[in-house]
Amino acid sequence: MPAIETEICHFFNCVLYLFFSSCPQSTCVHLLMDVLSFLLHSDPQRLVGVVGLEIHAQINSKTKLFSGSPVGFSAPPNSLVSFFDASLPGTLPVLNKRCVEAAVMTGLALKCTVNKKSFFDRKHYFYADLPAGFQITQQRQPIAVDGALLYSLLGGKKRNQVIQKTVRIKQIQLEQDSGKSLHDDLRSQTFIDLNRAGVGLMELVMEPDMSCGEEAAAAVRELQLILQALGTCQGNMAEGQMRVDANVSVHEPGEPLGVRAEVKNINSIRYLAKAIDFEIQRQIDILQRGGVVLKETRAYDSKSGETISMRDKEGLQDYRFMPEPNLPPLIVYTDNASLPPGIDVRQAVVVEAIRKRLPELPGVKRDRLVRSYGILPEHSFTLVNEEGLVEYFEEVLKATAKEPRKVIGWVTNDLLGHLKEQNIPVSQRSVSRTGNAIIPSCLSPRLLLVYVPAVTHTSHVGLTQVFQEMWRSPGKAAQQLIQEKDLGLVADTNQLHSICQKVVDSHPHEVDAIRNGNKKVLNKLMGLVQKETKGRADPVLVRAILQDKTS
Amino acid sequence: MLSLTIREVSLALREGRISPTELCRKCLDQIRTTQHLNAYISVTEETALRQAAEAETRMRQGVPRGPLDGIPFAVKDNFCTEGIQTTCASRMLKDYTPPYSATVVQKLFDQGAVLMGKTNMDEFAMGSGSTDGAYGPVRNPWSYATFYREANGAEPDSDWVVTGGSSGGSAAAVASLTSFLALGSDTGGSTRNPGALCGVVALKPTYGLLSRHGLIPLMNSMDVPGILTRTVHDAAIVLGALQGLDRKDSTTIPPLSTQMELPEKSDVRNICVGIPKEYHAPGLQEDTLAEWRRVADMFDREGARVVQVSLPHTQYSIVCYHILCCVEVASNMARFDGLEYGHRSPVATSTEAMYASTRHEGFNDVVRGRILSGNYFLLKQNFEHYFTKAQKVRRMIADDFKRVFDSGVDVLLTPSTLADAARYCDFSQEDNRTRSAQEDVFTQPANMAGLPAVSVPTALSKRGLPIGLQLIGPAQQDKMLLTVAQWVEQSVGFLAHNHYEDAVMSMNKWRSVDAPLGFHV
Repeated sequence: MPAIETEICHFFNCVLYLFFSSCPQSTCVHLLMDVLSFLLHSDPQRLVGVVGLEIHAQINSKTKLFSGSPVGFSAPPNSLVSFFDASLPGTLPVLNKRCVEAAVMTGLALKCTVNKKSFFDRKHYFYADLPAGFQITQQRQPIAVDGALLYSLLGGKKRNQVIQKTVRIKQIQLEQDSGKSLHDDLRSQTFIDLNRAGVGLMELVMEPDMSCGEEAAAAVRELQLILQALGTCQGNMAEGQMRVDANVSVHEPGEPLGVRAEVKNINSIRYLAKAIDFEIQRQIDILQRGGVVLKETRAYDSKSGETISMRDKEGLQDYRFMPEPNLPPLIVYTDNASLPPGIDVRQAVVVEAIRKRLPELPGVKRDRLVRSYGILPEHSFTLVNEEGLVEYFEEVLKATAKEPRKVIGWVTNDLLGHLKEQNIPVSQRSVSRTGNAIIPSCLSPRLLLVYVPAVTHTSHVGLTQVFQEMWRSPGKAAQQLIQEKDLGLVADTNQLHSICQKVVDSHPHEVDAIRNGNKKVLNKLMGLVQKETKGRADPVLVRAILQDKTS
Repeated sequence: MLSLTIREVSLALREGRISPTELCRKCLDQIRTTQHLNAYISVTEETALRQAAEAETRMRQGVPRGPLDGIPFAVKDNFCTEGIQTTCASRMLKDYTPPYSATVVQKLFDQGAVLMGKTNMDEFAMGSGSTDGAYGPVRNPWSYATFYREANGAEPDSDWVVTGGSSGGSAAAVASLTSFLALGSDTGGSTRNPGALCGVVALKPTYGLLSRHGLIPLMNSMDVPGILTRTVHDAAIVLGALQGLDRKDSTTIPPLSTQMELPEKSDVRNICVGIPKEYHAPGLQEDTLAEWRRVADMFDREGARVVQVSLPHTQYSIVCYHILCCVEVASNMARFDGLEYGHRSPVATSTEAMYASTRHEGFNDVVRGRILSGNYFLLKQNFEHYFTKAQKVRRMIADDFKRVFDSGVDVLLTPSTLADAARYCDFSQEDNRTRSAQEDVFTQPANMAGLPAVSVPTALSKRGLPIGLQLIGPAQQDKMLLTVAQWVEQSVGFLAHNHYEDAVMSMNKWRSVDAPLGFHV
């Protein structure tokens, strides 16, 4: 790729430049000595990655952080813009209480200290989609500090070993989102959409406690689940509701941290892991060649899987922070008793009241699932990872009174596999036809009651078809559809007998094998029968018939 | 009729002695007559006549809205007015029409007051002469008064004096009887200074008592909408109508009292008047000093306790203000990039080039200078050294006042300005920054501390120009402050001479010889 080649050339130029032209002589000598000592004493194999994250999470609120305009993702350009959002002169910010509550709730869920008093600051830079020329953020004293995120990785040979990790949360600050610039390179024009300008963000700063892409990805996934459980952020990375920048450096364990590069433009968790791992390897390669890592901002290119220098002036930018004079200090109260007289409770943000509203967090939920249902930890991850799946699993248990360990296999493998194949999310809030159903109607546990003999075995095809039909004709009962479309199990004993007979007759070798004690071969015959019946044969029945015919 | 107070003309309107439309037309005529003062950037004749007609209907139906119904008023051109050009006297906003009205303007509309026009000022309120705006300088109506001309042998065309600033247009509008009240803005004295130099009452209320929503900011942490009227009583009426919480301005405070109207007679026998010794500043004119003494003695004779007090950190106020003001200016002006509104340079080689030339073309030297300084003070390596230090000094200045008021002082009596109005030709010898530093020296500390302060005209100087004295009160004691100010007003007898009529009458004689002022944009 030409861009990369240029990039590498540029990099080498920089290195040469540093060594031989720009440095004052003493610095040059120092630098050379450092490099020499590095080459002599270090074992490059021991270089490890260090990863810190900055996460911008869009607050799930009806209106923006400082104005009354609605928040929406796909509205027509510039249709959700108040006078304040467009920075019309004379307009002033008015803080949205819901956004403060979201930040406090997130802070509590991440074990942060919620500051009773925090401040807003202006961060200045000129950019076309930042209409005021500054962003209102919290630089001096953010709303929440010193938290921790517990997350887990699945490790071990079979990736079924749960490894617990912790990353420290430095702070959570409230700030405004910017608008969007759309560049028309042909006409060299830029269009500005201010719909997003002023939407509330929580910037979460994670300390460099991670060491690779997988860890970072697991931490971000856990954070995403927490935010979604709290309802403080929808967490959709593709829609930009959660944006992750990674600070990546490498060093030898025990040595001071290396120079870090900031990697931006990462819009999925998968890419996050790839971008970080690429960047760690890139830096290790540079150091092993005796080069120097630059402090710079790099963008992840998902096509090439590489990070590319953005060559911006980020490093030189002085944001000229100053206190925001139009907003008084943000005060939150511990409990109702600590409210000063004359303060309207409805206007106040009360920490303990928010703590009471904290839902069951994913980690707690997983522990509970493992404890009360005896399922495997990795299954608890699968359940919690899909919004609505835990509730669904528990409903199925209630409705069918089946053994949890039997149901879990079907739910996490068969059902989930189907849904993924069909690209149907378990939770369908946005397209739910009943308005508020968490689970699509086609997956109602009642349907399962009818279908249980099939679903607990292997009738995939029929199940998929029922899903699809249910999707197409909402409101129709599952049984009705099964009958109408002839999707039910083939349970006609005569019909099954003749099919089984045909299979047995045409596979004498297999039959012999079974008769000689290799019972596993029976499964092959069963598969052939299912193929004949398009997967709709009642497996229990088929097995019985085949056993009979091969005994 | 035009020289009546709000209270008097309001009564005349209710009693049908004059109709709102007649009154409005008289003011419009007067604006035309006094056009050479350059007090207005835009005259909103159509709006005024419509609003007057609406007021007239209410009067006829016997349902007037309140003491301001049908009263002509003027607004400094840095308050947003829906559908009416709002320029801040800058090329940057010369064609800007806001889609909303400032809260204080809206409140006046809601009271039935009649908008005559938008008044001239220093560009973005940065100045103390009303001489540094894109629409040219404002002339002080007193330049044309008989007494001034005779005392100085002045030629009005060359020897006219400035109004002070930056709300000079608003002060001139009230003094030249084209409006009964005007809104100014006061960040370092921008309402009180021209109020004093134009001989009108100028109130800077407690910070936060009046909403800043819709006031295009100079400095958010010190800006206060100011009220200019011809009597203290009128100022209290307007304050009563404008005060109070505004959901759109998070720094506003609840109204002080529902009843802001002042008693007929003020009693000052039991109050303590502080005379800050540091206000005997270099450059204090003899006439002004004499007035200060005279009024202090009057308090004494009336039975008030007059004590000397010290505000030791006041001397640092100007330099501190300079830093804080530039910092907020640099920040507030960042939005003027030519993208969403305002002037946009045709230079289009790159976005950055467009920003740069837009801002170069749109702002005058004063604004650009403050932006540059402010950004310098905000740089990472300078922030502690300048901004943080200035904030600390600001706190010390505020603490000075607190200490004095806690010791039992009710109000402070000081001059409003060092001297009476300067001739334009003298004033323009010095640059804007030097002038602002000189002119704001007595008014600025009250902004640092967010305190209410009012300038009251007390006499004419030997040159025949008004002298104003300032009263400063504790935070949220605006009503008490005005009560004392009313006593000063009643005791000094300034109003009794009906100076305004004299000034205006003689001005009318001169208008024919004045070359019409072209707009400078």
